[in-house]
Amino acid sequence: SVRKIVSLDDHIALACAGLKADARVLINRARIECQSHRLTVEDPVTVEYITRYIAGLQQKYTQSGGVRPFGLSTLIIGFDPYTGVPSLYQTDPSGTFSAWKANATGRNSNSMREFLEKNYKETSGHDTIKLAIRALLEVVESGGKNIEVATMTKEHGLRQLEESEIDAIVAEIEAEKAAAEAAKKALAAPKET
Amino acid sequence: MECVFGLVGNDFAIVAADTSAVHSILVHKSNEDKIMILDSHKLIAASGESGDRVQFTEYVQKNVALYQFRNGIPLTTAAAANFTRGELATALRKASIFVAVAIYNKALPCPGLYKGGITSLPVYCITHRTRDAALLISNPYFVNILLAGYDKETGPSLFYIDYIATLHKVDKGAFGYGSYFSLAMMDRHYKSGMTVEEAIDLVDKCIMEIRSRLVVAPPNFVIKIVDKDGAREYAWRESVKDAAVPSA
Repeated sequence: SVRKIVSLDDHIALACAGLKADARVLINRARIECQSHRLTVEDPVTVEYITRYIAGLQQKYTQSGGVRPFGLSTLIIGFDPYTGVPSLYQTDPSGTFSAWKANATGRNSNSMREFLEKNYKETSGHDTIKLAIRALLEVVESGGKNIEVATMTKEHGLRQLEESEIDAIVAEIEAEKAAAEAAKKALAAPKET
Repeated sequence: MECVFGLVGNDFAIVAADTSAVHSILVHKSNEDKIMILDSHKLIAASGESGDRVQFTEYVQKNVALYQFRNGIPLTTAAAANFTRGELATALRKASIFVAVAIYNKALPCPGLYKGGITSLPVYCITHRTRDAALLISNPYFVNILLAGYDKETGPSLFYIDYIATLHKVDKGAFGYGSYFSLAMMDRHYKSGMTVEEAIDLVDKCIMEIRSRLVVAPPNFVIKIVDKDGAREYAWRESVKDAAVPSA
């Protein structure tokens, strides 16, 4: 299956929504820039730098002759190489970029963003993964086959979750939802009688 | 007087390099690490012009990393060696144009292309009888490389890569004046499938030979090893330490 989450460097990953062919070009340029930056200044890129580079590239193609804009938005995550602080950035075809605590992009991103606005809490590890999958399940058919999840840690870099792992978390979420439904029913029932 | 040598053991490869950085009669430093860790399972031991050495090996390192990100799998040692050789070969014959234009009897070379510097002599092309002239000059990297690596499928390997883009897969190799001694020592004592202890013993024999027989022998060496667990520093062999400056 086509991978939508790719790593640009040891500490930077990118997920995109849109034209996959355009994504390949952008990702390739970003990967080269990551290594070029390391070669010239002997430092890994910061998340902001590479986001600015990608956004700058996307913008260039909105103001040049004979080209069309890249048809994709990206979500870029990573750790600052020195402070170790994680960041999330989003770019779009116009070339604007901004930092986020949580965001979604692509089809039905509005409802996912709404869900995140309501339910976002600063969590870590397993809880963060569950929140992300819960947001995705609002708009996507549940199941490991339709969901791609990757986590990035400072120590181990990018790790794609296995289908079985995703299925297990989805099952956990469904169980929680069912329990919440049952609790709601239990509260409502006495009032009716 | 730079010495670099290496050999292949039963499931590892080992390289040793001197650690002196010399400019004419001055020793800049005696703890210069000339063995770069190319990626998790590759070492590149380089000797030669120090600017070229750092520039070229870092360039290879970044391109090897780029390949890995683009393709999701690392290069094999042989592939990395062939890439390195290819870059050296290109630099050797893909010439850049050196244009000297005579203006008011002064020759102005294109800045940045001419290695020798700016000349103020008038230029004249004899065959075409003009005062403008263009020359094609090559700009080879003056770096000799021993590339050691470990691949899961094929085991350890060592590649001898010359500054004029010679490539040989070898069991033992050496560069520099020290090679006269280390190669002779390895020819005498090397056998295939040595253990780490036997190999280190041989490396130490070579270092002792270089120290005692080479006229301006480098005092310190660094030894690095690569095996299934990765590439890492093995040991230093120091006979001269930088003098500690007493605190004021």
